[in-house]
Amino acid sequence: MSKIQVSIAGGSGYTGGELLRLLLFHPHVEICQVTSERLDGKPVHKAHPNLRKQTDLKFCSLSELKECDLLFLCLPHGKAMQQINEFKKKAERIIDLSADFRLNDTALYEKYYGKKHVIPELLNDFVYGIPELHREEMRSAKYISSAGCNATTTILGLYPLYKHKVIYADQTVVEVKVGSSEGGNAFNASSHHPERAGCVRSFMPAGHRHVAEMLQELNFGEPVKIHFSATSIDMIRGVLATSHVFLKNKMEDKDIWKIYRTEYGNEPFIRIVKERDGIYRYPEPKLLMASNYCDVGFEIDPHSNRLIVISAIDNLMKGAAGQALQAFNIMSGFDEKTGLEFPGLHPV
Amino acid sequence: MKTAECPVCGASVEIPEGTMENELITCPECGAELEVISLDPPQLEEAPQEEEDWGE
Repeated sequence: MSKIQVSIAGGSGYTGGELLRLLLFHPHVEICQVTSERLDGKPVHKAHPNLRKQTDLKFCSLSELKECDLLFLCLPHGKAMQQINEFKKKAERIIDLSADFRLNDTALYEKYYGKKHVIPELLNDFVYGIPELHREEMRSAKYISSAGCNATTTILGLYPLYKHKVIYADQTVVEVKVGSSEGGNAFNASSHHPERAGCVRSFMPAGHRHVAEMLQELNFGEPVKIHFSATSIDMIRGVLATSHVFLKNKMEDKDIWKIYRTEYGNEPFIRIVKERDGIYRYPEPKLLMASNYCDVGFEIDPHSNRLIVISAIDNLMKGAAGQALQAFNIMSGFDEKTGLEFPGLHPV
Repeated sequence: MKTAECPVCGASVEIPEGTMENELITCPECGAELEVISLDPPQLEEAPQEEEDWGE
């Protein structure tokens, strides 16, 4: 089988590095170019030291980008849409890992991003990148936009409940705890070690941009409201979402299990984690490090109709590079687990 | 192979050949410890657990 020639635009960040790590070991991929303006001409391991002696690839400038079969865009938010027409000339298929093409509604984009989209006419050309929700569209897609990490964690936790309409769609409260790698590799005062280490910091109690994706993807005809807060904690990789939803009717554990089993029973990267004994009874991000799994658990509050959904991912994997590679596998007709089999570490 | 419904999560649990009544098996989906209380018809019950104090 001939290999698919891919390039990465913007490969010096954490997402680009994670994607590179995965693609280097993908049996059906040849990586042609990886761009970085800052590190133009330098070996890729200068940015990603875990890749020492794994490849001779060097960063090149975006201006040197050649044609390829598929282009991954790992550029900062706002950059992809500025040059998307140029990128379309370079590759028939594009997977964008930035936030630029996640929303299909211009008004929603403007509301949550506070600016006008540069090229709104293309928003509907991109398939939203969570495979579990859009697998069939991905098979024939030319353009895919990978979902936000917090959005992925929350949506995968709640999607079956919204779809089956067993909860009040306008009464969802979500709190996520996130690791520092969500902020990318550009540093600022708040990421300075004495300030960041040991923190439990409410950095976005309201108004998080990923809420727009949740509203878009959890819409099953009932008005959706997501009350979402984000807290950064002393962790490098990982997202843990604790979602509080309210059941329309009394349900038992078995009923909720059945709903999740119906939607996720055949999903290769979703596990329902709800055990009555042991240490890891509910999803926990540290077990998911470097894996593409999303673990989802739940508990019914015996004193009310509240259902608590706990979901976790590695933000750089299922929340970024792993999700993108899964989408790539689907759109290329490969087994979607290819290159993503790593199950995580324990202990870690 | 005989199967029975897990009383905890509702999954269909296979009861291996040679299993005896009162034997403990684990639900592959939810991890619950289950006691085989009957083989014909196959029936499972959640096994008693030690209480653990997880209050922090």
